[in-house]
Order: sequence, then structure tokens, then C-alpha cells
Amino acid sequence: MKIILNIWRQKNATSAGKMVRYEMPNVSEHMSFLEMIDVLNEELTKKGEDPVTFEHDCREGICGCCGFMIDGIPHGPQRGTTVCQLHMRHYKDGDEVWLEPFRAKAFPVLKDLMVDRSAFDRIIASGGYISINTGSAPDGNNLPVIKKCSDQAMDSASCIGCGACVASCPNASASLFVSAKITHLGQLPQGQAERDRRAMRMVLKMTEEGFGYCTNTGECEAICPKGIKIENIARMHRDYIKASVLYREETKAGGAG
Amino acid sequence: MALNLDSKIPSGPIEQKWDKAKFDMKLVNPSNKRKYSVIVVGSGLAGGAAAASMGELGYNVKCFCFQDSPRRAHSIAAQGGINAAKNYQNDGDSVYRLFYDTIKGGDFRAREANVYRLAQVSVDIIDQCVAQGVPFAREYGGVLANRSFGGAQVSRTFYARGQTGQQLLLGAYQALERQIDAGTVKMFYRSEMLELIVIEGRARGIVTRDLATGAVDVHVADAVVLGTGGYGNAFFLSTNAKGCNTTAIWRAYKKGAGFGNPCFTQIHPTCIPQSGDYQSKLTLMSESLRNDGRIWVPKKKNDTRPANTIPEDERDYYLERRYPAFGNLCPRDIASRAAKVCCDEGYGVGPGGKGVYLDFAESIGRLGRKTIEERYGNLFEIYERITGDDPYAEPMRIYPAVHYTMGGLWVDYNLQSTIPGLFVLGEANFSDHGANRLGASALMQGLADGYFVIPYTMGNYLAQVKPGGVDANHPECRAAKDAVDARTKKFLSIQGKKTVDEIHRELGKVMWEDCGMARNAAGLDRAIQRIPEIREEFWNNVKIPGSGAELNQSLERAGRVADFLELGELICRDARTREESCGGHFREEYQTPEGEALRDDEKFCHAAVWEYQGDNKEPARNIEPLAFEHVHLAQRNYK
Repeated sequence: MKIILNIWRQKNATSAGKMVRYEMPNVSEHMSFLEMIDVLNEELTKKGEDPVTFEHDCREGICGCCGFMIDGIPHGPQRGTTVCQLHMRHYKDGDEVWLEPFRAKAFPVLKDLMVDRSAFDRIIASGGYISINTGSAPDGNNLPVIKKCSDQAMDSASCIGCGACVASCPNASASLFVSAKITHLGQLPQGQAERDRRAMRMVLKMTEEGFGYCTNTGECEAICPKGIKIENIARMHRDYIKASVLYREETKAGGAG
Repeated sequence: MALNLDSKIPSGPIEQKWDKAKFDMKLVNPSNKRKYSVIVVGSGLAGGAAAASMGELGYNVKCFCFQDSPRRAHSIAAQGGINAAKNYQNDGDSVYRLFYDTIKGGDFRAREANVYRLAQVSVDIIDQCVAQGVPFAREYGGVLANRSFGGAQVSRTFYARGQTGQQLLLGAYQALERQIDAGTVKMFYRSEMLELIVIEGRARGIVTRDLATGAVDVHVADAVVLGTGGYGNAFFLSTNAKGCNTTAIWRAYKKGAGFGNPCFTQIHPTCIPQSGDYQSKLTLMSESLRNDGRIWVPKKKNDTRPANTIPEDERDYYLERRYPAFGNLCPRDIASRAAKVCCDEGYGVGPGGKGVYLDFAESIGRLGRKTIEERYGNLFEIYERITGDDPYAEPMRIYPAVHYTMGGLWVDYNLQSTIPGLFVLGEANFSDHGANRLGASALMQGLADGYFVIPYTMGNYLAQVKPGGVDANHPECRAAKDAVDARTKKFLSIQGKKTVDEIHRELGKVMWEDCGMARNAAGLDRAIQRIPEIREEFWNNVKIPGSGAELNQSLERAGRVADFLELGELICRDARTREESCGGHFREEYQTPEGEALRDDEKFCHAAVWEYQGDNKEPARNIEPLAFEHVHLAQRNYK
């Protein structure tokens, strides 16, 4: 089948970008969306043109590398699917699509469809962990975890950090991403000691990185390829409000001795 | 000059070797640790865990990944689980049994002492990960759940749905981010190691290219750790992520690190078959599916009837028939080869007859759709998304694909390569899986190396060297940087007619056909002749657009493929000289009358360790003899 691609081409972070039109006359329905761009890139390379830059790695929907806007929707039209798992059988002959990078102040464009999402790493570094040094853990079965809590923690922990939630949000909020980590660790008994600190630091870091705040639009939940629920954000708010009343950073004398 | 292959196995009974080694190790005083710097290349289970753990200890760690974040490392894609000898199920498991199974599963081509240590520390890994908040599957009573996994008769596999690798990696990643925040680890994103710096015989640094800007930089340290994964993409199509490459370990090999058993590659039995020439990678369907799925082909050749219309008595459940004791759970190499035999004989299903059925109808009937959904829901979804077929309604079609490489840089008991100060962890080393890796053991090895081995052995090494003493202006550093710059310039100057991927596919085709699931002398000789021709074509006719001073994905791939083109030949040479069949290395000339792998313990009970001799010169083959004092050499029997 024939597919017409309009792709955002931008040479680097500082240059202006524009849409460029490409015609793909022989697209197989069995191809993945990214394989179609692979084919385009092979042709561009042979013609001496610059191939389209896009992030990708595992192509199994788990590493979280890939992601761009297809017709204004992060990862494209199929629900619960990263763009690497989107297949061309969902398109028909003659379809025209528009590809753009994720757009958010905190995700500057590096080139074409590739953006810099390192802000996510800095948010995790601010408190998205349980402090336990290697070697100091008690036996794994020492601490029973209610299965329902464990399952909910797993639901939230499935977040792949792709950034689609940010791209879909009119406020470019990272609330779904941040709340998924807060919920994952907050549902587990291991995560309680640092629960206030985690909420406080991660939420503040999110704002500092230039992400907006949540206004309950719900786009993030609708487009999340891993089905992360917006109820995580409610949990984050609760933890954050509680922490903002109760939490104090460690005092200097805290560990003295 | 022959390589020094002293394995440094501690003396004493196998149960006490690791304790003895730890006690004998020299220690770095806590206040001196910050004076030492360590480079860790790779941020997956091995590299990420190592960087975090050494940061916690107080060393100055620099960690590098080529992806945009350490959380993207390919460990994330591991689905099934992680083994540990916890014996929580009271079903007869023990450290010794896990050790025994791993040695036997590896077809007696791994070092006993290393594998025993792996089994020992496996139990600590689970504790560590639980404490980090890894949401392992649990029973209703709140305790950890287990399942049995390919090749094991006990339930020792811990799992987090079908995303165990993801959850373990996020645990290591979070530990790493915590150290980054604490300032003990400095993270370099989108940075690819392109050269190893060796000064006065010791690994002292690396040259990296910043993939976003093209900047080439020198980093020096007191020791270098490679946790850079496997080289399955030498075959072009594999279940590896697109970025997985051999460059880090290949550069080290060319600087003097011995390469152990490169031909030990694992072909995974349950992958989604290829659909067309444009195919960019193959997708694994977790082996855990074999717990409840039954593998079969029609009894009639070239049977094109829809699977569900083929009556029960016209189906050949060939694994259950050939291996009644293990059935569908037999080890990967055996299951893969059996599928190939069926397809070669004309019993295969699907386009080109390259597939066998993996059928859940019986399990769904017995356990109900809900249970199957709970266990494998995400895997079924992946399958449906890729193929457009519903595996709840009809059997999956699967075919083997390259998945894991047991070979890698040779390391001693301390995980140190033949270059002092260069340590190699996880899939990048050759150490623990012999000629075949058991399911759920890769995650175990990566984390064992990163969390529980390298923090000790690195201390022992550093305690014996003085910190610092070299900087980026050292002649060796400059030479290494110049070499990288020259290579980039050369790549960009060729401006031929073929793309990097076209040449990579050609290499992959040769590798798969002549050095894949079944190998023979004639095919390997052909490959050893053909690969240098492809390499020649690459260096004369590849077309790489753009420049080196910018983000250039074609250039990145070119560097990796150039190294695969050299490694591919070494894999074939290793396969050619190992005139026996063992594990994933099946030489057609050496098989039992029933078609099983036939080892030659007289001649080949050793690790082959290859030594670089110069470009276009034949590498030298060294050997490390393997002694089996605990698990006695025997033909594997899964019948």
C-alpha cells in the first residue's frame, strides 16, 4: 500500500524545523511503523540525503526509547501500544500521516523526532528509590507484602519512562510518570520510610525541571502505552500534601554520633 | 605471546572457595576509596548494579551508556524470571542443585568454581531486589511466588509478570540514580565507548563519542569495568535490541583481552517468526510460555490446514515424544534444534514452513482463560500486536532466533580479563553458562557479578595499585583518541553505494546459514572465506551520510557493524576449530545416533580463548582446561 509521510525535520537543537513530505509506495501491512521509516531511511541514504533520526532500541515496547507524535497522538492511534509495536495493518492504502517529536519545554528536541528526556532521570535521582545499600537486605520473605498491594505496585512499576504522558498533556505535566513511581514504592512496606521525602522531592523536582502541573485532563491515561492509571496522580497528591505538612529535610545532627 | 590464563580459582572445598577468596582479598581503607576512580561501561543489570554498588562503597565511579538513559539497557527486555536457590517451595532445591543444573545445562563447558559462587550469591540477589522494591509476584499469603522455568525440575524462578528484567533493571537503575544524586557516580548518557586505553599493561581509560554532539573524549581511571552485554546482533536478526553491539568488548579484544568461546551462541526456541525482508529484529516469546504451552507440528508434511482443524491424533508433540521426562521444558538448545529438524524435514507451519505451533488450548481448557491471562497476558498481547493473530483462539507460531551469547571476554575468578584492571561482567564475559545458558540465569549472572562479585574483587585490585598518575594528555590516551578520530574520518570518506544495514544483513545471512543452529566444516570454511569479502566491501563501498560532529545514527551503526564484521569471522573460526558438539554449538559431524550433541571431552574439555594478532592475521587459539571435580562429565540426558 501507499503511505504519505509528513515528517518533522530539524537539523539540531538550535535550528528551525519544518515538515517534509515523503511518499512510500510499497508499504507491507506486516511491517511495523518503525520498519517503514527504516525503509525510508535506506532510500534517503542512497539518495545522499540525511536519514530521519528517531529514538528506538528494543522494538518490543519495553525499553521506552521510542515515541513521537503520529497525527498529534503520542505513539499513534492504537491504544496501549508504543510506536515500535504499531503495525501498518492498521493503516490503509493512501493514508497520509504527520510525524512530530514529543513537544514539551522539559523535552528539548535534539534532532528530527528525537528529544532529550533526561529530566526524567533527574526526577528519579531526586528520590525515586528505596535507600538500601547492596548487601544489607533482610531475607526476601521476611516482609510479607499483601498480594493486592504488590500487584498494584507492579501495575505502576510498568511505566517505561517514554514521556508520552508529557507529550499528550496540555500542561506538559510529568505527573503520571512521577506518580507511577511514587505509587509503586508507596504501595510496598519497603517504601514507607522514605515516602514523605520521596513525594516532596520528586514533585518539587518535576516543577523545577519545567514540567507543568496536573489539571485532571486525563489525556495521559488515555495514551499511556502501559495503561498507567490516573489514580496514581491522586495518590501522589495525597502523599505530597501530607508530606508538605509533616516532612522536614534531615537535620545536620541527625546521624551524628 | 600466549595469554596468561590463570583462572585464580581459590583453593579448598568448593563450598568455601568464595568465602576464602573474600577473606584473602586486600581491602581499601574507607577514607582511601574516594581517591580511586572506576569507569563502568554499560548500565544494565551488570554495569548498573556494579556502578551503584561501587558508588555506595565510596569509589569515584563514572558510568557510561549509549542510550539516552541507564534505564534503557537491554536487560530491560528479559521477560521470564531470575533463578535463585532459595528453596522457598520446599521442593528439593539447594545451592548445590542450582550449581549442578547450571553446569550440566551448560554442557560441561563452564568453570565449576564460578558457577558455584553464582548459585551461592543467587539468594542474596533476591533479598537485595525485594528490599529495593522490585515487585516480584507474590502468593496470597504475601510471600514470594516461584515458577519452574526451562530446564529445571524445581520451582526456583522469581518473576515480575512477564517483565522481570524490566523490574530488576529499574531496581538497579534507581540504586544508580540514588548514587548519582549522592555524587558518587557521574553518569554519561548517550556516550559510546569506542576505544580502550591501556597504559603500561593496565586498563586505564576509554575513549567515548558523545552521540548527541559527536564530541570525542578521553576518560581515565584506575580500573575499567565492561558490562556491555552480548553480541547476538552479529547475526543481524536477533532478539537483541537494535543498539546491542560488540564494540566495547571487541575494542578490548584488539587491545589484548582474550575472547572466550565466541561460538557459544544461544538460539532461543520461542520467537515470533520472521515476516519479511524489511524485518528489523525478532521478538522473543518468553520461555515461561512452555510451562503451559504445548509445542507441536502436524504429522503430515507441508500440512496447510488451519491449526485448529488438525485433529489431535494428527499432531506430533515432538518434544513430549522425544524427551518424556522434560517434555516442553527441555533446555533451549535442545528445543531449538528439535524445531529446526521438524522444519527442515518439511513439517514446519506458516509462510515458508519456518514455524512450529505453541498451543495453549489444553491449558486454557484446564486452568481457564483467566489464569492464562494472569500468567502470560502481556506476552499474548505482544504476540497479537505483532502478528495480528489471537493466541487465545489459535496456537502461536514460533521459530528459534539468536538470543544470547554465552561467549565473551575471558575472565578469571575475579572477573578480570587478561588485561589487568579490565573487568568484564554479565553477558559480556564468557564465564558462567558454558555452551548453553539455562532460562532465568542471565539476570542472575548479571546481578551476581554487579552486586556481589565486583565490589569485592575490584577492591582487591585497587588495593594493589596506586590511584591516579595519568591524565588525558598521556601519549596512549592521545593515540587512542587519534585512532577513534581516524576511524570516523575513514567511515565518512568511503561514500560508496551500500548502506550499513545492507552490509549488516549480508553478514547476518552468512552467520545464520553457516554458523547458526547447526554447523559443519564446509559451511564454516565458506563463512570464513566469505566474511572478509563482506568486510572488504564495507570498507570500500559503504555509504554513511552526514558528518562526525553531529548526531549521526548511520555513523553509530557503521562503527558497530565494522566490529561485527571482524567478530563474525572469529565466531566462525571458533566454531570451526571446536570439533565437537556441545550445548548451543552443534556440529553436524558430531552427534549421537539419536541426533543429540556429542561432546569430545578428550579433546575439547576446555575454554577456547582467542588472542588478537593484528588485522587480517589469524588469531591465536589459547586454551583454559576445565576440570569437573563435582559434576561428573556425562552426556546430558533429558529423556
